[in-house]
Parts: sequence; C-alpha cells; structure tokens
Amino acid sequence: MLPAEKYRQAGAGAVLAALHEISARCGYLPEVELRRSAAELEVPLSVMFSAASFYATFSFKPCGEHKLQVCEGTACYVKGATALLEYVSAELGIQPDQSTEDLVFMLKRVRCVGSCGLAPVVRLDQETFGRATTADLDALLARYR
Amino acid sequence: MSILSATDLDILRMAGRASLYPERLKISVGMATCGLAAGADEVYEALQKRIEQRGLEALLTKTGCIGYCQQEPLVDVRLPGGGRVVYTQMSRPRARSLVDELSRGNLPLKQAWAVIDEEELIVDGKVEQFARPPEQSGIPAIAQRPFFASQRKIVLRNSGFIDPQSLEEYVARGGYRALQRALTEFSPQQVVEEVTRAGLRGKGGGGFLTGLKWQVARDTPGETKYVICNGDEGDPGAYMDRTVLESDPHSVIEGMVIGAYAVDAHQGYLYVRDEYPLAVERMSYAMQQAREYGFLGNDIHGTGFSFSIDIVRGAGAFVCGEETAMIASIEGGLGEPRPKPPYPATAGLWGKPTVINNVKTWATVPVILARGADWYASLGAPDNAGTVVFSLVGQIANTGLVEVPLGMTLRELLEGIGGGGSDGKAIKAVQTGGPSGGCLPARLFDTPITYEAMKATGSIMGSGGMVVLDESACMVDVARYFLEFTKQESCGKCTACREGTHHLRTILNCITHGQGVPEDLELLEEIGEAVVAGSLCGLGQTAPNPVLSTLRYFHEEYQAHVIERHCPVGKCPMTAEV
Repeated sequence: MLPAEKYRQAGAGAVLAALHEISARCGYLPEVELRRSAAELEVPLSVMFSAASFYATFSFKPCGEHKLQVCEGTACYVKGATALLEYVSAELGIQPDQSTEDLVFMLKRVRCVGSCGLAPVVRLDQETFGRATTADLDALLARYR
Repeated sequence: MSILSATDLDILRMAGRASLYPERLKISVGMATCGLAAGADEVYEALQKRIEQRGLEALLTKTGCIGYCQQEPLVDVRLPGGGRVVYTQMSRPRARSLVDELSRGNLPLKQAWAVIDEEELIVDGKVEQFARPPEQSGIPAIAQRPFFASQRKIVLRNSGFIDPQSLEEYVARGGYRALQRALTEFSPQQVVEEVTRAGLRGKGGGGFLTGLKWQVARDTPGETKYVICNGDEGDPGAYMDRTVLESDPHSVIEGMVIGAYAVDAHQGYLYVRDEYPLAVERMSYAMQQAREYGFLGNDIHGTGFSFSIDIVRGAGAFVCGEETAMIASIEGGLGEPRPKPPYPATAGLWGKPTVINNVKTWATVPVILARGADWYASLGAPDNAGTVVFSLVGQIANTGLVEVPLGMTLRELLEGIGGGGSDGKAIKAVQTGGPSGGCLPARLFDTPITYEAMKATGSIMGSGGMVVLDESACMVDVARYFLEFTKQESCGKCTACREGTHHLRTILNCITHGQGVPEDLELLEEIGEAVVAGSLCGLGQTAPNPVLSTLRYFHEEYQAHVIERHCPVGKCPMTAEV
C-alpha cells in the first residue's frame, strides 16, 4: 500500500486533528499519546512525530498553564512589539517558547493574530488585547501571580 | 428544514429583515477579533446590564467588523426606520450613558461619529434608504467620511452589517440567492464560464484567473474532485481573511458550494490557521446552520447535488499557505510543498483534481453569479476586474480593513482613505505582500494598484497586507525582520531556501549591528537571486523580495550602514553584539 493510501484511510486532516486533540487535552504531546494515536490512525509513529515537530503550535514538553502570546506581526513589530516581548521575558525570567518553572505561564511569540489595526497586540489564552503597554502586561501577569 | 424554492428563500429573507431592521430600537456591537481586542465584550456586557436595569425596550445584537479598527470598539444604534448611528471608541462608562440617554428617549447625536443612511445590497443591486438624523445635528453620512468615501465593498459587503451567526440576516442581504440561481438556472459549465467571463482573479495574491483554474479541474477526468478554501492567512500584518471568516461566514460557504457544483466536487476542506480560533468557531456554526437549511449536505435545494465541507485547523506553519504544502498538510500532517506542475487543478489532494482558492475569492463568487459577469467585469481596471481588500496598518493615521476598486493609486489609498502618516509624520514607504512582497518608496505612490503594475515595481499585490512605514522606520531593519521570518518559516526542503534565507538574515544582522562591509550588498543580491532560482515554492521564490526591493529603492540607507556604519534613523543597534 502506498503511504498516501494509508493516510487517506486515516482521513483528511486526521493527523493534525489528532495532534490538536492531544495538545488540548494534555497541554503538550506526551510520547505515549502519540504512540496510541498513531496506532489508532494506522499511520507510522514517524508520521506523528514529523508532523508534531514541524508545526510551531505543538510542544513535546509540558507547558505553562496560561499561554501569553506577544504578536510579532509586521504592524506590531513597527509599533514596538520587541520592547513588550523583552519586558515580559525579563518579568517572567524566561525566553519565548519557554514556560515558567511553576508552569503557570508559557511565553510565546506569535506571527500575527490578525488584529493589526490595534497593534501592538498581546493574547492571554483566548483573550486578545490591543494597543498593549507594559502596564497592561503587568495587569495580565498579576491575574495568575 | 430544507429550502427548495425562491418562496422559501423569501420567508427566510423576511425573518432576516425583521432582525436587521426591527420595528424597535436596536443596538449592535462590532465583535470580531479586533473589536474584542479593543474591549468590545466589556462594552457588550455593560450595555446588556444597563438595558436590563433601565428596562429599555431594545434589541442588542453582535455584528462583525466594519473595518474601522482604529476606532474600535464600535457601537451602532438604530431607531425604527432610521439609519444606523455609529459611535466610536466605546467604553463601559460611555456604553452606560448611551443607554441612559436612550431610555430618556434621546438619541445622543453629539457623540455620534457618522450615520449609515444608505445600504447597497451588493448581491441584489438594490439600495436601501433610511431616515437621517436632523441636518442640524451635523452628523455626516458614513460615505462622507474619508475613510469610507472611496471604498467599494464587494468582498466585505456584509462585514459589520449582519450578525455573523444569523443565516437569516445573510439571506436578507441577498445571500444564497446566487446558489439557488446557479443550481437551477446554470449548468456547471455555464457557472465556470460566468466566473471566467467576469475576470475574477485569485485574491490570495497570485491573481490567476479563477474561472480558468476551475475549467482545468472540470476538464480533468476523474470521479473524485475536491475544493479547498485557503484560510491560512500567514502574512504578518494581514487580517482580511480572518475578518471575512468571522464576519460573513456564509459568503464563503455559498461560494464554495457554487464552485463545487461547477467542477463536480462533493467534498471540500476549509483550512484555517491555528491563530484564528474565533474564525473556526463562527465557520463551524455557520456550516451547521447551512446544513440544517439544506444549503450544504445531501441533495442541496432538492437538486440531487451533494457537497460537504470539513474544517482543518493549521498549526502554525506559514508555508502551509502555499497550495501544495496545504494539500500535503491535509493529507498526512507534514506541510511541505512539492514541485509544480502538475498543478492541484489536475492533481491535487490525493492526486485528484482540486480547486484551491482564497477566502476572499470564494466570498466573491456568489456576487458574480447573482449580478452577472458583465457587472463584475465593469468594476476595477482593464484585466483587473473587481476590488482588492487591504489591511491598512502600521504608521498610518487611519488603520483598518479597506476594500477599493482595482486601479486606484497607492496615493489615493494611503492619503485619501488612510489619512496620511500617523502623528502627522510623512509616509516613507509601504510594504505589500508580506514576506513575499516588497517595500515601495513614496515616489512610486502614483502606481495604480493592479497585479501587473505592482509586480513591475518589484513588489507584489499579495493577499492584502499593507504595512505603512514612516520616517522612523529603517528599511534595512524591515528587510531583516522579514528575512528573520522566512528563515524561521522555511520548511527546509529546498537547500537554496533553507540556507539562503539563513545567510541573508545573517548578513542583514551583521549590517544592522555595524559589522557590514560594502561587498555585502552585492552578496545579498547574489544570494537573493540564487534563492529565487533554487526554490520549489512561492515561499522561497519570493523570500528575497523584501531585501531586493529595499536594496533597489533605499540603497543609500544600506550604504550608510555599511560605509559610515551609521543607521540614519537610529533604529539599528550598530554595535558589535550580533
């Protein structure tokens, strides 16, 4: 059987959907879940791993519970996103794509959340905030500190 | 319930009109992602509470985005028979005092920004007139406000006008009429011909004739065919597709069903990037509604034609916006592009003929079928029919989402609609097409916005990102920003792209850190050309554009960096730490 045939049996978008599902449930992608899912979809484990490592959304390590995303889209960049990112990075003592030791926060730089008219923009979990300032970031961090 | 006839559609239309133009006070809040980012949800809650407290008899609704992001959150108030009075920059206190005034029987006109006294139903061609507030109130009609004056909304026809979660309101503005017409009055081949004749060009940036693409897919033999909606809007600084998906989801569904009928596909996929959770939510909801009413699913309109759509969520990979990479991502997870030809129209998803179009292209299709190819072809410029949507952002006075006829000059767009640079500063350059595009200097602002004219300047039309840069922006730094982006987003399959973007980024980094030498400028060009020549997909083929275009138009800035070791605007660090 050609690999394409295998994937087709699994269904369109099945691999991505499985990764999203695990990630939403566990907060990251534990190996045991990837193995289980690969067996379920009848695709090689390497397919799950290659996809998981290809996309920026997924992580193989446990992440902070609250995802703080600083948008680095072009509009945000020209309106000072770098300073926001540096500020929050120093405040939390972590680099982008890292989580705090207590696993409360994860810091992400995000390509563009598409709210460029209100740049610079930050997002905490599902909430988006426009015209963000360092004071706004303090307030957001204070929610869970 | 399944809609079978024009009469059934009229019943829905009446229901939609009843909530669009109710016989009582109506208050609506713009609640797409940008509105929410500015605090629209707080405003909505404040309105809701106060309306309850005051016992005000009013219909409170949520709409999508009208595009005036600069002034969000936006709230509209409509009295029976009257036009929508628009209030900008709403806050909780302002929302409460608005309700207080209304419950005393006053429509506070002083604080109002504009009134929408005329609505053109693009799909029908009808114009609805509404009563205006008294002349002496001095509120301008929205068409008199420079930001809206020269816009022509085709793709964005319903955005900000309807509740995105109301199928009835979509129908009331002419929605699903085109689908009914296509299925009952047109053969599939006639649909393809209509779209071809309209001159619709792909709005993802390529500008390929949509009808021609459909014709190829239609003519390719095979029982199974697919259509895909590309909603993986990855360009940083762009949110046209997000707005359409969030504010007018049914327009995309209707377009896809018509396209599927034309090429004889029975399964479609909507690929949405992971950063757009609200778009996924609204599209899922709209698809569910469309299925319930028989616009999607089995035996659509009782014609025997069946079509369903599944949503695939991306996961943060820019390259997946490229059509072959997107197909690979849907098939097996890993989103790497493959060589073309064969093009997806002949061999796409699982090797089957596949039509893949951008969100805005799909949203335009119903208008063409409803108003006719001739009408659409008459808009815009020669060989550039119709409109283009831009997200006008960056250092410009009026930021927002705008739609203008093709052929308008950059100057008209930037100065007329955008109101010039922010804080009165002069605009130095404009960046279009995201990481695939280029930076154009102010002296080229008389360039008409057409696919060909934009390309001739060394930039591209792109899918609609337009980032404005003023005197405070360093063009070398802008080029470095984009190369940092493409370097990270290169999937790594082609050596020229993987290594080339890395080297371009490294050289630019050296230059912005005062480590550049004059020979670097030639080297940048040489590597840039190699990356263009040696890459399979659009990402690599266009990745050097930001460097090449800035080298072309802002050479003196590069020279200042490498000869005088000085950044003219003082943006770059110019110290040794790289």
